[in-house]
Amino acid sequence: MEHADKKTAITEDLVRYVARLARLSLKEEDLVKFRGQLSQILEYIAQLGEVDTEGTLPTTHVLTSMKNVFREDEPAEPLPTEEALSNAPARKDGFFKVPKIIEDA
Amino acid sequence: MEDISSSISDFKRWLEERKEPLADTARALTDRIAVIDKKIKAFACLDSKNVIKRAQNLDKAGRRGLLRGVPIAIKNNICIKGELTTCASHVLEGFRPPYNATVIEKLEKEKALIIGGANMDEFAFGSSCETSYYGPTHNPWDTGRIPGGSSGGSAAAVAAGEVVAALGSDTGGSIRQPASMCGVVGLKPTYGRVSRYGLIAFASSLDQIGPITRNVSDCASILEVISGYDEKDSTSVNRSVPRYTESLNKDIKGLTIGIPSEYFPPGIDAGVKSRIDGAIDVFKKLGARTTRISLPHTKYAVSCYYIIAPAEASSNLARYDGVHYGYRSGKAVSLIEMYIATRNEGFGEEAKRRILLGTYSLSSGYYEEYYLKAQKVRTKISDDFREAFKSCDCILTPTSPTTAFKIGERTDDPLKMYLSDIFTIPANLAGLPAVSIPCGMGENDLPVGLQLMASPFNEETLIKAAHAFERATDHHKMFSGQKKSG
Repeated sequence: MEHADKKTAITEDLVRYVARLARLSLKEEDLVKFRGQLSQILEYIAQLGEVDTEGTLPTTHVLTSMKNVFREDEPAEPLPTEEALSNAPARKDGFFKVPKIIEDA
Repeated sequence: MEDISSSISDFKRWLEERKEPLADTARALTDRIAVIDKKIKAFACLDSKNVIKRAQNLDKAGRRGLLRGVPIAIKNNICIKGELTTCASHVLEGFRPPYNATVIEKLEKEKALIIGGANMDEFAFGSSCETSYYGPTHNPWDTGRIPGGSSGGSAAAVAAGEVVAALGSDTGGSIRQPASMCGVVGLKPTYGRVSRYGLIAFASSLDQIGPITRNVSDCASILEVISGYDEKDSTSVNRSVPRYTESLNKDIKGLTIGIPSEYFPPGIDAGVKSRIDGAIDVFKKLGARTTRISLPHTKYAVSCYYIIAPAEASSNLARYDGVHYGYRSGKAVSLIEMYIATRNEGFGEEAKRRILLGTYSLSSGYYEEYYLKAQKVRTKISDDFREAFKSCDCILTPTSPTTAFKIGERTDDPLKMYLSDIFTIPANLAGLPAVSIPCGMGENDLPVGLQLMASPFNEETLIKAAHAFERATDHHKMFSGQKKSG
């Protein structure tokens, strides 16, 4: 595989970057631990490189007979607002309430 | 304690003799669960009042229904309207779905008594039930050991006789592996056979809901009830549902069973190996033919799975951000800080590990090397099976390389934990139906399970073969409640 050199490149910076993409932030000790574990897992997974997949199509659905599913776009009764909001950690005037998004000028 | 739940028919007889409203029976059943569960902890969040309320509704609804009054435990990732459904995660704290999963609607139509809150690994990430936010479930055969996972609570509740049956979900073995380790029957249907509507998504291309029961006949009955096309799940398949119970009590003379050499590696547990060899002999005596087959890409299945499943999971778990439901961190001032703090505090360690792994393999620059490659290898694994089913009707393997391991034994070694599912993962990758049934006791008097796999939509073959085996043996009569120690 042409990217074979990439497989060992799991640095703490990379883990920090990926965590940021996933909206997580890790403590120093977790960074060290996850870096080690992810390296080990990815090293194992690198065996996939042995498989010759030249000309093999990737699986998009396990049942090859499946076609795209369409239906008529007909309006139906939506979940009532009250029920949709019933699990909200914070709400106001029929909306989900979140911390301020727009910075003060 | 009296074993009232050895089968649906035995339970119905017991229920009939009580001559009381189901609400009273429900009270007795939840009391009984509370006693047994002190040791087993099969339920993460059982709400007895809700169970009794549901029984009262059943009392008003007449006497018809295939599963009337039969207590069925539900894994805590299947939505039950108004019932705490948290996937055993802190991040879904307090979540009460405003709707029922389709499988719940179908069970309720047959008047089953739904018992929610069966424990599981957090978001079904695990093979031991140890990643649950509520703490581990204990194996009824030896409470110092894990029940398997991720549907460990469902399997343990059935094995301990707390309920007659349970629903689990299976993404890489999460029904079959705990069924095997708890000495009960667990079936993962063909991908698309059972609606996933209301199943909180882990890996959408692999997840299936299925039954966990004490015997094959009950497995067939429940599968028949929960199967079928659902327009609310665009991946469910519009194909009629066979009467699975009609595949019971059938002769298996001439059935060809494939034995793949890749599932009997040199390091396999000796107790497991000897039970499986014994089972193969039973099938031969029943007139089945066995044939050696090869599934050459088996050794890549775990790698393939640990790219695809975490990738899909990282995407499915992006929704837990503290806005719409569940837990929200109180620390944050800005929106982005709130997302991050909520997810940091809400997810457990294994969930974070999989989110990181999945985010990495989908991230720019790595997608082709990992995700796309894994989907191509997945095609190869499916092709292996397609080729194998040209020469056999079903495939027999061990369900798990070992019997139940000790609590804490593998928690520090994620890769070793992932390899627990080496024999169950391929069926998910290829979308095949597969069942685990008890085939005796291995080392330390712990149950061993054998797995049968068939081609897509051939659940009938599995039931036919599994039931023939069950009738010829006594393994399904083993009951953990009669074990003196533990």
